[in-house]
Amino acid sequence: MMSTEEKARIQVSFKEKMDYNELMNCTRCGFCLPSCPTYIESGKKEINSPRGRIALMKGVVDGLIEPDEDVKRSIDLCLGCRACEPVCPSGVKFGHLLEQARDAIYQTNNQSLPEKAMRSIFFNNLFPYHNRMIGAVGLLGFYQRSGLQKITRSVGIMNLFPETMRTMEKVLPEVPKKKEMKQRQRHFAPLRERKKNVAFFSGCLMDTVFMSTNDSTTKLLQYAGCEIVVPKTQGCCGALHGHSGEQNRAREMAKRNIEAFEAAEVDYIITNAGGCGAFLVDYGHLLKDDPEWSERAQAFSNKIKDITSILVELEFDKLPLRLDDQIVTYQDSCHLKNGQKTFIEPRKLLQSIEGVTFVEMHDAGRCCGSAGIYNIVESEMSMQILDYKMEQTKKTDAKTIVTTNPGCLLQMKLGIEREGLADQMDAVHIVDLLVEAYENAEKSER
Amino acid sequence: MISEAIKSQFEQFVGKDNVEDNQASLLAYSYDATPGFQAMPHCIVSPRNAHEVAAVVKLCNEHKIPIVPRGSGTNLSAGTTPLQGGVVLLFKHMDGIIEIDEENLTMTVQPGVITSHIIAAAEEKGLFYPPDPGSMHISTIGGNISENAGGLRGLKYGVTRDYVMGLEIVLPNGEIIHTGGKLAKDVAGYDLTRLFVGAEGTLGVVTAATLKLIPKPETKKTMLALFDDLETSAEAVSAIIANRIIPATLEFLDQQTVRVVEDFAQIGLPKDVGAVLLIEQDGPPEVVERDLAKIEEICRLTNAVDVQVAKTEAEADALTSARRTALSALSRVKPTTILEDATVPRSKIAEMVREIEVIAKKYQLTICTFGHAGDGNLHPTCLTDARNEEEMALVEKAFEEIFHKAIELGGTITGEHGVGAMKLPYLHLKIGEAGVEVLQGIKKAIDPNHIMNPGKIFSESERNRVVI
Repeated sequence: MMSTEEKARIQVSFKEKMDYNELMNCTRCGFCLPSCPTYIESGKKEINSPRGRIALMKGVVDGLIEPDEDVKRSIDLCLGCRACEPVCPSGVKFGHLLEQARDAIYQTNNQSLPEKAMRSIFFNNLFPYHNRMIGAVGLLGFYQRSGLQKITRSVGIMNLFPETMRTMEKVLPEVPKKKEMKQRQRHFAPLRERKKNVAFFSGCLMDTVFMSTNDSTTKLLQYAGCEIVVPKTQGCCGALHGHSGEQNRAREMAKRNIEAFEAAEVDYIITNAGGCGAFLVDYGHLLKDDPEWSERAQAFSNKIKDITSILVELEFDKLPLRLDDQIVTYQDSCHLKNGQKTFIEPRKLLQSIEGVTFVEMHDAGRCCGSAGIYNIVESEMSMQILDYKMEQTKKTDAKTIVTTNPGCLLQMKLGIEREGLADQMDAVHIVDLLVEAYENAEKSER
Repeated sequence: MISEAIKSQFEQFVGKDNVEDNQASLLAYSYDATPGFQAMPHCIVSPRNAHEVAAVVKLCNEHKIPIVPRGSGTNLSAGTTPLQGGVVLLFKHMDGIIEIDEENLTMTVQPGVITSHIIAAAEEKGLFYPPDPGSMHISTIGGNISENAGGLRGLKYGVTRDYVMGLEIVLPNGEIIHTGGKLAKDVAGYDLTRLFVGAEGTLGVVTAATLKLIPKPETKKTMLALFDDLETSAEAVSAIIANRIIPATLEFLDQQTVRVVEDFAQIGLPKDVGAVLLIEQDGPPEVVERDLAKIEEICRLTNAVDVQVAKTEAEADALTSARRTALSALSRVKPTTILEDATVPRSKIAEMVREIEVIAKKYQLTICTFGHAGDGNLHPTCLTDARNEEEMALVEKAFEEIFHKAIELGGTITGEHGVGAMKLPYLHLKIGEAGVEVLQGIKKAIDPNHIMNPGKIFSESERNRVVI
């Protein structure tokens, strides 16, 4: 329970941090309701809808209600998928309001203990430090390769963990060796006529746990005619921090990245993780009140481009691409779609692969429930959302579910595992599939 | 107002999970889509069937606790704002389609079904449920019935009222009655079905409805006609109707509205023209072709700058969907959009448009106009900021003048949004003091304790409340 003083402190914090003009922009028309996964899955509870959440935020600022546990619960339960933004005729930037509200709540430090520990370990002590990331993932690699994983599984230690974590342990990809993670190539020459100079935002999780997907990304860029630099001093994008009420921390990380990329004079900064990309695109907003940084941040944000978007721009889809005959479906990354408005490009690329029958899944744009660490801290709602997603996935009869963000990728793998479909279905990142399709076609042409 | 004893009785009726009174939930049901109105209820109750509704209503009646039935809260007359507190009744559990009767061409539904789900379910069977209010993807049929919602297809097909054949209603005393039925003809007594449609929840609670379906039109086509100004477009509207053509949809939007809608929807609407007419005709292909050709000719004769026909169904749908967002999109310009739905006979549209422009100028307000031009139902929308009290007072005055003008032209103060709390002070303009007394008499006979959505349509005592 929150104490009276704590509520009072949060209330003051709401008044300071919430953008009142943005709150006023909501006309309460309700056009957002059908798009909100938590509204639907909670049985149409207004309190779990975007319109309801905005009303609560405004209610707290106006002093109509106190920021009590129920208010916090409503804000916590939001996925932050931003599906409400593209459907909002008034153009309310819900993502920003959510960040402000979480900042107001969490800066007064009242998270539940396990959640706090989780955030502290991952957000503050791990993700921002590439070396520590390598160390941690190295441990994971040791666990996977040494036989420890086998022993753990057979002894049943994992049964002590919650179901989601247990399944998650199973679906994590086999991670690279420490040495491989440390010796990353920083410059790549184009493998055809040079069309663009780009920098690659390699990310924290992507450059360790999903290193092979990063390798596929640079390969694709080379095939498409890009000269690539991967600035060494870049780090975590700060999205997870920003989304969960640690705005200041996120700003520090943004500045580090802006500096790291300023030196590289490139046409675009390429990302391959929808979640990171949407946050990078928003650096301009994040630092808008910082006179020293606002312009530089906006210049940085203007250069951000998702890998699928540049591939279509460079007509990669016109190159020969081939895979074994299969049905493929696509699960939108919420932040790629709602944050970066990129949803046609991935589909276009997939449809251009020979052998692929692309089947659009119903509600492909609805969140899968991954949402950062949401699937761990809000496991119940996350799994309810995932169950719906898997129902839709199964209807497509797809062999391959394609995603464009690491969180979604793991979540879809989790869904496949939970449904017991591991032998007939797989989830992949789009770049891995495209590299395979390109190299396949190239091989058969020779 | 609601004691622990009463709350626990509610819990016994509907289950503990379906009674909420924490302050966050109460706040979440303190509003609808009407700007400027907000009031906290005391309790939120979500019954699962008509009998539970009856039990809740009966108890409220005994203790004189106000009840506000609420769909999705999209209405624009403050009809579902719990102005006197009490219980907000939700229908989230009563959201099923009970039956589609393909022999009698009817559909029986619970009140919580989303309007567009009804339309889709009908179309799946080759049938058609025409009422399509702007909020049809969000609104519930219960809300549509209680507000007698209109929509884009109202011109040719009529409004919700024209498709409600029978109702199951819980009366304020807890009795359950059934009105009408699957009957093309039925003159047994007063037409209670029509009385309850559009009663804005002031007479009872709709717990089921039998809707009329019609055969689905074979095809439809959509076109845009562009004009230099709104008045000319309004003249074209009158000319189309005068030429004995009734399109399914005949909407107009002024320049500012077109601009904001285009900003949101990005479907290539022309932002530089003074007004746009969105016209849709449905029916057998030859009729649609013939009508569209004739409409095009009429538009050109009435000085349309250009006429464009949508090439694909997707393009057509994008146009009508974009039109639905007009009101909310206008708030991109200013935070508060105050919208009215004054309606005049079709022949008077151009005159009404002119008057609105004069009034806007007089009070130095930005009033954008769009709406269902074909049925004379205008949506003059004032772009303002609720925080600017001075301007809000002017808005109030301007709308009062608009209402007077509409009545003068043989029109009404509200075509489809309902009186609610927002237009309550002006009801007498339309129906006169004697008319208001008749309504009050009906109310007294059915709901003597004034528990059903009190403070809506008319006040128990006197008027003189402000619009905003």
